Amino acid sequence: MNKHNLPDAKGHYGKFGGKYVIETLMPALQELQTLYEEAKEDPKFKEDLSYYLKHYVGRPTALYFAERLTKHLGGAKIYLKREDLTHTGAHKINNTIGSALLTQRMGKKRVIAETGAGQHGVATATAASLFGLECDVFMGEEDMKRQSLNVFKMRLLGANVIPVTSGTRTLKDATSEAIRNWITTVETTHYIIGSVVGPHPYPMIVRDFQKIIGEESTQQIMEMESRLPDTCVACVGGGSNSMGLFYPFLENEEVKLVGVEAAGLGVDTDKHGASLTKGSPGVLHGMMSYLLHDDGGQVTEAHSISAGLDYPGVGCEHSYLRDSGRATYATITDAEALEGFKLLCSKEGIIPALESSHAIAHVAKLAPKMKKDEIILVCLSGRGDKDVNQIADKMGVSL
Amino acid sequence: MSRIEKRLASLNGNKALVAFYTAGDPDLSASKDIFSVIEKNGADIIEIGVPFSDPLADGPTIQASSHRSLLKGTTLKKIIELVIDIRKTSELPIILMTSFNPVFVYGQKEFVNDAVKAGVDGVIIPDLPPEEAEEFLGLAEGLDMIFLLAPTSTPARVQQVGKISKGFIYYISLTGTTGTKEALSVGLEEKVKEIKNTVSLPVLVGFGVSGPEQAKQAAQISDGVIIGSAIVKLIEAHSDPAERDRKLAGFLAGIKKAINP
Repeated sequence: MNKHNLPDAKGHYGKFGGKYVIETLMPALQELQTLYEEAKEDPKFKEDLSYYLKHYVGRPTALYFAERLTKHLGGAKIYLKREDLTHTGAHKINNTIGSALLTQRMGKKRVIAETGAGQHGVATATAASLFGLECDVFMGEEDMKRQSLNVFKMRLLGANVIPVTSGTRTLKDATSEAIRNWITTVETTHYIIGSVVGPHPYPMIVRDFQKIIGEESTQQIMEMESRLPDTCVACVGGGSNSMGLFYPFLENEEVKLVGVEAAGLGVDTDKHGASLTKGSPGVLHGMMSYLLHDDGGQVTEAHSISAGLDYPGVGCEHSYLRDSGRATYATITDAEALEGFKLLCSKEGIIPALESSHAIAHVAKLAPKMKKDEIILVCLSGRGDKDVNQIADKMGVSL
Repeated sequence: MSRIEKRLASLNGNKALVAFYTAGDPDLSASKDIFSVIEKNGADIIEIGVPFSDPLADGPTIQASSHRSLLKGTTLKKIIELVIDIRKTSELPIILMTSFNPVFVYGQKEFVNDAVKAGVDGVIIPDLPPEEAEEFLGLAEGLDMIFLLAPTSTPARVQQVGKISKGFIYYISLTGTTGTKEALSVGLEEKVKEIKNTVSLPVLVGFGVSGPEQAKQAAQISDGVIIGSAIVKLIEAHSDPAERDRKLAGFLAGIKKAINP
């Protein structure tokens, strides 16, 4: 029996997941689920999706043996799954192309999205432009400052970027505002959520659109090494690239799965984004999952150097995997992530996103402790162009 | 019969006025005074809002009010204490309106025990739809759990909610968040009729009912109205308590007259 055949019929992953939303949205969620279940069995939909993934997104992405990094760390062999090489430069596009095709199928003409680092916003704006859909992206004012390049890109692609000024002005509030807008426009608008979060069926749909990362990786590593990796590593904010990588490996219990959360200034400070490591179960944005909140149930601020990991919640399936022990979750601080960033730049000629730099930094800790014939497969979820200004700033360099 | 059911039954065809305000805005001691002003000026039921950091169903007015209240240190525990205090002098039905997370973190069972003991009569938890409410419903003895219906609700959902809701049905008058709107949404009358044909509970209309004219129209086709953001705005606008109470009294009297001419 496939014990990872989740969610159940009600959208639960064990005690996590579900649909904790106001009545107004419940019919739309049901409709989306029905439509998605039809679409994924429809040969035409599958054909369209693989066409765009191949010819537009540029899949399959490379699996690259990082030889110099491996030598430098002196332990396990390190393979990078190069999601940074996709069109728009991050894995987010896998989901937005699929979701835009679903939007067309629904006959809706407008999409909305939330974005933190701006990668999902750019990927949604891109898909909207490609399929001729109207697009509004909600983005925290604070993130708009941190990621001004992506704001400009979204506008070039024809999207409206709507600044969110409530709360912490980051991804959490952008998500809340996108949901509020969806409550108001649900009859004409499809909400494209950027991660494996939100009410059912979103965590499932986004995972399914991202699992291509793990499926390709499986095939590629079999071709290159004739065996599966010992450990898979990926960063976890909401958790979409990690869920996409992990999912096809869930049944192979011998493959260790390690998610890397943002420790920010340290998990023992109040400035981090490590919900699985330091949080407890709670309900935010329509799902039950691990959450950073106080003893009165008020959601607390997350912090990370990387806007994409700056989120107090996490995908509900990760919560399930954490509690079941199938995956483990490590943390990397802002400072360590910067070191990971520099390491990949200097050893492999690849500028990684700050999000992905967390995964690299963890690999730098892990690989030396492993044997030379062991294999780590790490998801390089995005490229770092968007972060270059911020990093220059941190390094005291003015551009 | 619960206190809510009794009150609604006693109206004899008159329309109900349910008033909402956020506990702890501007502070908890004001919340006690505001309760008594609202009670004296014709509310049949009072909904006390529990602030939440991320209230997804609320528009800017109640979001800001929640935020102010949280800055003052308001917690669900303190709100239950407020109800204990209010119950010393009032028999008016009290509903707590809250997001689910504060209740979940409090402990569902402990919350029901403490709320019932304090004299809370009902709860509205907008982000706990029937699909997720099973556990809470199993524990909620002594509390009327009021469910919501929306313009988007299908006939099957109207039936489902009609079966499990207690006290009344909260009909969300518009496809949107809480807050004032200039006109009531089209199709309101039809939808309320559809619900009343299916469900035996009273149907009260809220979200976007902001002034006497809208209240009058909404009351004509339903069993009563729920006013929230307009009250919260009035409280926000008047920092002087005497002035606030006077304005609030005038506003509620106007609504009361409009719905029961």
